[in-house]
Amino acid sequence: MISVNQLVAVSLVYVAFLFAIAFFAERASARGRSGWLRSPLVYTLSLSIYCTAWTFYGAVGYAARSGMEFVTIYLGPSLVMIGWWWVLRKLVRIGRAQRATSVADLISARYGKSNLLAIVVTLMAVVGVTPYIALQLQSVTLSVSIFSNPTDADVLSQSTATFWVACGLAIFTVLFGTRNLNANERHDGVVIAIAVEAVVKLIALLAVGIFVVWGIAGGIGPMLDRIDSSPIGEWSMDRSRWVALTALSAAAFLALPRMFQVMVVENEDERHLQIASWAFPLYLMLMSLFVVPIAVVGLDILPAGSNPDLFVLTVPLAEGRGGLATLSFLGGFSSATSMVIVATLALSTMVSNHIVMPIWLSTQAEGAQVSGDVRNVVILARRASILLIIFFGYLYYRLSGGGAALAAIGLISFVGVAQFLPAMLGGIFWRGATRWGALAGLVVGFTVWVFCSLLPSFGPDAVLSAAVFDHGIAGLGWLRPQALFGVEGIDPTVHAIVWSITLNMVAFLGVSLVTFPQPLERLQGAQFVNVFDHSTQARGWDAAPATSEDLMVMAQRILGPADALALFRAEAERQGVTGHLPEPTQGFLQALERELAGSVGSATAHAMISQLVGGASVSVEDLMAVADESAQILEYSNRLEAKSAELSRTARQLREANEKLTALSVQKDAFLGQISHELRTPMTSIRSFSEILRDTDELEQSEKTKYASIIHGETIRLTRLLDDLLDLSVLENGQVSLNLDTGNLNDVIGQAVLSAGGDRSTRLSVRHENAELDHPLTTDLDRLRQVFINLITNAQKYCDAPQPELHIDAMDGGDGLRVVFHDNGTPIPAESRSLIFEKFSRINDKDGSGAGLGLAICREIMARLGGDITHEPRSDGNAFIVHLPVRAAMAAQ
Amino acid sequence: MGKHVLLVEDETNIIEAIQFLLSREGWQVDTHSDGATAVEKVRNMRPDLVVLDYMLPGKNGIDILTELRADPDFERLPVLMLTARGQSRDRDLAERAGVSRFMTKPFSNTEVVTAVRDLVQLAQ
Repeated sequence: MISVNQLVAVSLVYVAFLFAIAFFAERASARGRSGWLRSPLVYTLSLSIYCTAWTFYGAVGYAARSGMEFVTIYLGPSLVMIGWWWVLRKLVRIGRAQRATSVADLISARYGKSNLLAIVVTLMAVVGVTPYIALQLQSVTLSVSIFSNPTDADVLSQSTATFWVACGLAIFTVLFGTRNLNANERHDGVVIAIAVEAVVKLIALLAVGIFVVWGIAGGIGPMLDRIDSSPIGEWSMDRSRWVALTALSAAAFLALPRMFQVMVVENEDERHLQIASWAFPLYLMLMSLFVVPIAVVGLDILPAGSNPDLFVLTVPLAEGRGGLATLSFLGGFSSATSMVIVATLALSTMVSNHIVMPIWLSTQAEGAQVSGDVRNVVILARRASILLIIFFGYLYYRLSGGGAALAAIGLISFVGVAQFLPAMLGGIFWRGATRWGALAGLVVGFTVWVFCSLLPSFGPDAVLSAAVFDHGIAGLGWLRPQALFGVEGIDPTVHAIVWSITLNMVAFLGVSLVTFPQPLERLQGAQFVNVFDHSTQARGWDAAPATSEDLMVMAQRILGPADALALFRAEAERQGVTGHLPEPTQGFLQALERELAGSVGSATAHAMISQLVGGASVSVEDLMAVADESAQILEYSNRLEAKSAELSRTARQLREANEKLTALSVQKDAFLGQISHELRTPMTSIRSFSEILRDTDELEQSEKTKYASIIHGETIRLTRLLDDLLDLSVLENGQVSLNLDTGNLNDVIGQAVLSAGGDRSTRLSVRHENAELDHPLTTDLDRLRQVFINLITNAQKYCDAPQPELHIDAMDGGDGLRVVFHDNGTPIPAESRSLIFEKFSRINDKDGSGAGLGLAICREIMARLGGDITHEPRSDGNAFIVHLPVRAAMAAQ
Repeated sequence: MGKHVLLVEDETNIIEAIQFLLSREGWQVDTHSDGATAVEKVRNMRPDLVVLDYMLPGKNGIDILTELRADPDFERLPVLMLTARGQSRDRDLAERAGVSRFMTKPFSNTEVVTAVRDLVQLAQ
């Protein structure tokens, strides 16, 4: 017989062994050689913390009491794992993308980082898991008591033993779980230790099973006969219990804080899920393989009244197999410790992150938030939380009297944590879920659970009086904890499951529908529900070439092709892979992010890089920062736009001014060129002929005369040109003084005809029509005459008709006087008409005697006199029309 | 042996003067006063030298010169350009177009005669 002392020694050695494993694992992990620590196998084994002492010991007890129903506890998680593609994958993806550290963190993150929700979930988790921890304490205590001398085992000493077990577990957990503080809440040492424990408990249970089948029953055939003849073999199935319990265990598997810890937080690679999806159900199958044989044999060979929860220990002991019993004890011990460690670890994370730290931070002056300080406080908070949670478990154990069957306690806990499920699943599949909906569901479900499941578990008169059990609260019959709303006759567990989950969901859906999500909730809702649209977790670092290309494409889009190419080329050179895309090393990613941040802001850059690299999805803070940046950029761009509009207006004005200046400069150049040409041409003739006259002796007299008259003609031309230029310049500068006089328009015309006609050589016949009419006017008569003379000489020069004629007719045009000069020459071509009043425009100038200034001068004079001069083509010639006011001078002044 | 010179100029008096000066040197001088048909005239006449005015009705001297230089037959034809505009920009334009000699009006008679003589000799 093994003594308790020996057992304690074995346990201590085992714990030391676990410590060593955890220690080496953490050291390997710190050195970056953690590949084997995070293999799919270790992940699968770590999931086995689902199988607690309840499963290890309790399943047999469950089978002994209720037959095959215990299978439901394995069935639920197996279904979840097999259907991992649907829910679990999404949960893991979201948890990792959001860096969720716990169920509370995940739910609060989904509903807009609500602190209130986090606190509620944390409290619910603590209350819900406490019976479970009590259950582990109880199982360890019970298993130890089996080995102790039955004579001194009284209730008091059992309580003492439980206390010490609790202390041991607390120390164990504190040492294991808070040895160091990791930002991502991962615990390599713990995970490897619980993987080892998973192996130990599987081997222990299989060993006992094999011993029972082949050692006691004598093989598979006799074993099956025994089962058939026992009451367990009768497949009496309560359908409602089966469905409810399967669903419950599936829900608990997803919602248990410790399962979230190993499944999501400790998950290294999403692909591990794929392997675990068949490996974990296999593990569960092996764990359940010998449950029935052990139960059947235990019922057969042990005296009636033995606790079936302990058959796994008592059967080998009864057969005198101390070594096997010790192994079995270690299996149970492993189940209990691994559950307590991970559960308290997960809970302490919640308690310290969502309750202790916010309170501590709010009491601190801002200066105290040095990182070292916070670190110590966090570790302290974790340790205190661990001790507190285990103390609660111990308290529950004491209050519940340790009497209830293991399986019953486990189920109570399951129903409690299952209350998280509507908020969790609703959050990841339904964008319409709101924080008030989640809160309402949680609070309602939790309240129903406390009333229908938790409080009754202490037994009548422990917390709830027997009167409440029988007649409801305050005598209201519909408020009986096991017959809510008067629904009687249902199994209490099913009753609690159905009512709590139903009311939870009704509250969750109802309140979500009538409340509106806040912007942050909306954002997070989209992130959660559409997590597969924007996180690219499946592609890891090993997909480096694709990542590099993506980075390049993105960089090009933001930095422009040339800059992006230069950046990548420089990095490739630095890495020694010239001609290829550079590896996306950490350093390069940071450099690229800095580069991008210069263009799009740091938050956007970070979000973009992390999205492409795939390690993390975009967090809400990232998105909010992006939104802020976008708003700033938008405002900036609005201002820029206004500025740019202003600039382009100015630029347009400048351009117009410049065009005007250029046009002026071109005009000036053209004018100077023209003047030069007009002056130099006659000078050329004069110089050339005067040189000929000077240098040539043998010239004929007629030649001499001809050349001299050319010189003479050219000097006259020059003089006239200079006169015209001066005249025009004076007129254009507005420095002209008018000599106002009153006269008759027809008299002025007559004088002009006489002056122009002085040269009898012209063939032009001038007809002055209606010369007898009297059109008195007051104006500068000399200037007006100059205009008329110019018009008449132009007709003389340019009228190309065989019988050139000019009709001059003055008339009263109503708003002033009008003189028409109508010749019968070829009409001026349309394209030249706009030019005829411009300087140096000589249309059809055959002999080149004019400088092209005449009409320009006429236009200037008429403008001075308050009138104008226009040209009208006629079918039979050209008409120049002079308008002038009766009191021309007045208009001019 | 008398050289054949084409004078493209629209000012009658200047035509008279240049014709007088060059004929006296024993050269045969033809005149043409329309810019638009000047290139055609050169093609038909194939003179040994062209005296070209800058400002002509129809087409200016620079355009005529550019067109001539584009024709391999007249790549090396001596062209003396005369201008009354007297702006330095015009000289640049003419030189870029490939003028052989550029002279601003009013010119001295000796200058013109010497230039024509030099150009004809150079071309031989």
